[in-house]
Amino acid sequence: MLVKINNLSYIYNPNTPFEKKALDNINLQIDEGDFIGLIGHTGSGKSTLVQHLNGIMKSTSGSIIVDGINIYDKDANLREIRQKVGLVFQYPEHQLFEETVYKDIAFGPKNLGLKDEELKQRVKSSMELVGLDYDTLKDRSPFELSGGQKRRVAIAGVIAMKPKLLILDEPTAGLDPSGRDEILDEIRKLYLKEGITIILVSHSMEDVAKLSNRILVMHEGKIIINDETREVFKKASELEEIGLGIPQITSFMREFKSKGNDVRDDILTVEEAKEEILKYLRRNKNA
Amino acid sequence: MLRDITIGQYFPGDTIIHKLDPRVKIIIIGLFIASLFFINSFYPYILILLFIGIVIKIAKLPIKFILKGLKPLYFIILITLFINIFMTKGEVLFTIGPLTVTKEGISMAVFMALRLVFLITGTSLLTLTTSPIALTDGIEKLLSPFKIIGLPAHELAMMMTIALRFIPTLLEETDKIMKAQMARGADFESGNILNRAKNLVPLLVPLFINAFRRADELATAMEARCYRGGDNRTRLNELKLKNYDIAILLSQIAFFGFIISTRYI
Amino acid sequence: MFYGNKKDGVQNMDDIMIKTDKVTYEYKSNIDDSVQTAVKDLSIEVKKGEFLVILGHNGSGKSTLAKMMNGLLLPTRGEVYVSGMNTKDEDKIWDIRSKAGMVFQNPDNQIVATIVEEDVAFGPENLGVPPKEIRKRVDEALSTVEMLEYKHHAPYLLSGGQKQRVAIAGILSMNPECIIFDEPTAMLDPNGRKEVMGTIKKLNKDEGKTIVLITHYMDEAVKADRILVMSDGEIALEGTPKEIFRQVEKVKELGLDVPQVTELAYELRKEGIDIRNDVLSIEELVDLLC
Repeated sequence: MLVKINNLSYIYNPNTPFEKKALDNINLQIDEGDFIGLIGHTGSGKSTLVQHLNGIMKSTSGSIIVDGINIYDKDANLREIRQKVGLVFQYPEHQLFEETVYKDIAFGPKNLGLKDEELKQRVKSSMELVGLDYDTLKDRSPFELSGGQKRRVAIAGVIAMKPKLLILDEPTAGLDPSGRDEILDEIRKLYLKEGITIILVSHSMEDVAKLSNRILVMHEGKIIINDETREVFKKASELEEIGLGIPQITSFMREFKSKGNDVRDDILTVEEAKEEILKYLRRNKNA
Repeated sequence: MLRDITIGQYFPGDTIIHKLDPRVKIIIIGLFIASLFFINSFYPYILILLFIGIVIKIAKLPIKFILKGLKPLYFIILITLFINIFMTKGEVLFTIGPLTVTKEGISMAVFMALRLVFLITGTSLLTLTTSPIALTDGIEKLLSPFKIIGLPAHELAMMMTIALRFIPTLLEETDKIMKAQMARGADFESGNILNRAKNLVPLLVPLFINAFRRADELATAMEARCYRGGDNRTRLNELKLKNYDIAILLSQIAFFGFIISTRYI
Repeated sequence: MFYGNKKDGVQNMDDIMIKTDKVTYEYKSNIDDSVQTAVKDLSIEVKKGEFLVILGHNGSGKSTLAKMMNGLLLPTRGEVYVSGMNTKDEDKIWDIRSKAGMVFQNPDNQIVATIVEEDVAFGPENLGVPPKEIRKRVDEALSTVEMLEYKHHAPYLLSGGQKQRVAIAGILSMNPECIIFDEPTAMLDPNGRKEVMGTIKKLNKDEGKTIVLITHYMDEAVKADRILVMSDGEIALEGTPKEIFRQVEKVKELGLDVPQVTELAYELRKEGIDIRNDVLSIEELVDLLC
């Protein structure tokens, strides 16, 4: 168990006419090795929730335990928490500030007290993890890189802190399809090779379906669905009720099944759909 | 903290003070400020207080809101009090260590502090009852005669509008970048002044870069919407002086004229 | 109404909204001063009333092309005509920009004023339209984008989709014949995207505006009359949505997506299933397989 959240609530402008419950009694457990897709509308509380996990926002009530440390403890070291829980914000390239790619990525680990060879190793390995070539790029200014590269520098800056839990808030926002696929591939690699637990906040059902093994759906400050990915997309009507969709391919399979065809309807990718339809067609041919 | 600042904030309403022509309001507040610097005794302050009170009453402004506007300036008001109490020579009342307190000092301190409070309150009366757009329109119109001597009246007003438009956006952005750097272990809260200033670099550099990017995009968007400076520009809401605007302006000129003249009586 | 002259060489000028004639755009790289070509020798025509989508990955030259369509950028070589007016003609530039309005990606960075209706009035104010007429146009534009009830609001309190609709109203109030959208939904959430796409379709169908939509979302391109796919500053593919997306491999090579059902139909065909290859919607594929 990596994170345990108990009865967490956060209220904006308490005791004023503008009072708003951004988080409403959240209970959640995140285990090591989870790849969680966090979905919900703008204003559903997703971003507020993830900003609580590394102690950047402080709850109105409730508790959060990260890797055995109660983060609201008086003695809790916030730097240690922020090292364990890495948070990549939306459009992270907007926070780059150093003269070189190397210095920018080194900012986090330096704040943790790393120096010399160890620091260099950290920067180098995190650049490799996000697919940036260390030797050609380390001395370049981050501001003259392409949009996709800038974003990867920013993500590397968080990975360089070696978090146990990595949270990415809309990491593909504004990228074109190939840029999006590259970033998602790297996130998958981080998960599979480095064993980092991941929370992916996203609007794209297709992306979440492809990558995550568990999905949290937030609505009006509450977690309304917390289940395995395949199970979640079976609840299409529940999702549609709050205005969220399911991947087009899942939707197609459900539609196809509803016409009286005996196929699985918990399909998540085009590849799976192809297998299932081929099986179905061959069955029918033989019958 | 940044959200507590009420100076420059608009308190929407539908009163005659709100509807008064912004040019008239700017001139009246100009007179108000000028008269504060002419006043040399306590008595005219009663009239000033009366003026503030009546405006607050008619414009239906909550007193709390106005007091909140003074809050960020407590420190400056305290310094004013402090300096005047100890720096004014005169009849010594008592001494604390090397500091002497005089009767004139106390009187001067209260006088100066009141002037400051009135100055702030008066100015906030203008901004609380005038929308930023009306305010910039008013300034533009009032300054336009000075165009002949090369004063860029329209450009100044446009700059003010854009600044007002982007303040909330930039505040939000500051908050976001701050959080993002804190997530990477940045510390904005501890250390001595020198360290703190140094720690601001990861906040200020991205903020400036983003502001330049925004400015660049905004300029392109304005160009695409046919913006070419103030010449031949029309306005959705043109300012027109009505009779009651003129009446109020004249009455206030007389009122503040009287206050100013008290200095010479 | 049209200011074109015979020398322009435009035929059927009444039907053509925008025409680019062998345009090239070159710029100096800010890294090593080398000359980069964003758009290469490109000739296209946008017909009046058309809904044209320009697809392409980042850096394919699509935004540069868009900025040349209303004179924000002038071509290094070649000519661009808007309603027969050459964008190089300095006397016509304001006519061109009010005729071919442009909506940009970031809703925050194109709203000028602190009140919604003042912002919508910005364009006509710049054009010197009389106040009464501005009032009329502002109200009409805001009701077209369904934002009339927000006319006294501060833009920063609106959602992304609402801000973008205000930006669209700000262009509509200039009475353009054509609106060029430069990735208008790239920064929006799914709801915002839906709102903005709904508005764009409405402008095309109900208001008869010519639409040029630049995007990299394929689901927005599916509803177009015609699609141009750009790559390296040139047109890589051109055709109706069905003609484009049936070329699954080619589209993916160009760094773009195809709808998941189109991809499924394509994969099934590869496996020897006899199925049309130009499927775009769930319903079509369900019908074909049943």
